[in-house]
Amino acid sequence: MSEEGEPKLVNPEFTKEVIKRGADTITLCFQCATCTGGCPSGRITAFRTRKLMRRVQLGFKEDVLPSDELWLCTTCMTCDERCPRGVKITDIIMTLRNMAVEEGHMAEAHKRTAGMLIKTGHAIPMGDKFRELRKTLKLDEVPPTVLCDPKLYEDVVKIMKATEFDKLIGERIDG
Amino acid sequence: MAKVGLFLGCITPLRYPGIESSTIDVLEALGVEAKILQGTSCCPAPGVFRSFDQEVWRALGARNLALAEEQGVEILNICNGCFGSLSESSHQLREDPKKLEKVNNILSQIGKKYNGTAKVRHFAEFLYRDVGLENIAKRVKNKQDHLKVAVHYGCHFLKPRMLKEIDDPERPKILDELVEVTGAKSIPYKDKQMCCGAGGGVRARTKDVAQKMTIQKMENINEVGANVIVDVCPFCHLQFDQGQEEVETKVPVLHLSQLYVLAFGLPKERMGVEAHAIPVNF
Repeated sequence: MSEEGEPKLVNPEFTKEVIKRGADTITLCFQCATCTGGCPSGRITAFRTRKLMRRVQLGFKEDVLPSDELWLCTTCMTCDERCPRGVKITDIIMTLRNMAVEEGHMAEAHKRTAGMLIKTGHAIPMGDKFRELRKTLKLDEVPPTVLCDPKLYEDVVKIMKATEFDKLIGERIDG
Repeated sequence: MAKVGLFLGCITPLRYPGIESSTIDVLEALGVEAKILQGTSCCPAPGVFRSFDQEVWRALGARNLALAEEQGVEILNICNGCFGSLSESSHQLREDPKKLEKVNNILSQIGKKYNGTAKVRHFAEFLYRDVGLENIAKRVKNKQDHLKVAVHYGCHFLKPRMLKEIDDPERPKILDELVEVTGAKSIPYKDKQMCCGAGGGVRARTKDVAQKMTIQKMENINEVGANVIVDVCPFCHLQFDQGQEEVETKVPVLHLSQLYVLAFGLPKERMGVEAHAIPVNF
């Protein structure tokens, strides 16, 4: 971060990288702030969608990738729906979040969720209470998903290894 | 009518299994040829896993899509998140041959291939288009005219509009019609199309922010005196059911499938409402 009174560190390579990853509609944004106006998260937090788009256009990488604000979007897509320029705002936010995680910016809670996917192939654990409830409802006690067959789970693990997701998250968890 | 494979996802089978049993019973009552899509994983969830790494999100999504192709069914989603993820990943793979090739190279390691033919459907949209309101109306035994419903569409059911092509996301009617066919009344309320607050990894990371959004929605829902919230997404369902701790007038939550169990006079014990934090006494 630059010190007060000094110009911010502009990194044009950052903007180029965002575009290269498919978020090319960032260049279309003309800062009308329709996105901010409709954002339910922005109503109750300091998250300002328009500012985020501008920071990406200007290459303010250090303002964007480590920020908490990047993670206040619920992906409701109201902004995408209303944007008069067809900027794919939610897709851009997804790209930025992927870049943030690669740089090591990942919340503890999200590391745990990612760890659950790696461990089970699902986003949440099973739990005895729900096993019992499934029996009461006359459903398979264990749902017929990857949870019911270790071989199927192995397939999911192979995909996570091939995409190096296990490595990415492992490194985040370790440190 | 198409053969469908019910995609279970995570929250339905592992937190609200009553949505699973209700959906199975409702589809059977409507004469739909349905079975559970076997061997699936997490869709993977659009808010968290797509945010973390789109490569793994697309590849695991493609495995689920390939399973539907193998099993000769259209994928029927009872969760907006799963519907959103699988619609988006299949769209990206159909549009970009390079991404498809990359994913299929990975899938070849487990003896699978995604051909780009799997159809991704949503339970509510399938009922509306393939079964039809008239046929649903014929099945209604118990008029639900005691219910004043706050309909909650959720975000990933209709948006992005160009991809989903179901209804106008700003002024939709599909779900209101599916609710009112039971004799229940859908009551308009302020900011009806607003997000429940849970998505995008916000509930996991900053629960207080998710909670504030839910409370805003609840103020608007209580203002019009609704006595039930009807949703088509187990994650919105969870957020409303578990997010009303600080709300004085708590409004119970039903998934559309559970409402139809009541309306069709199907066995209520299969609704699984014992999993609900807010008691359902209908």
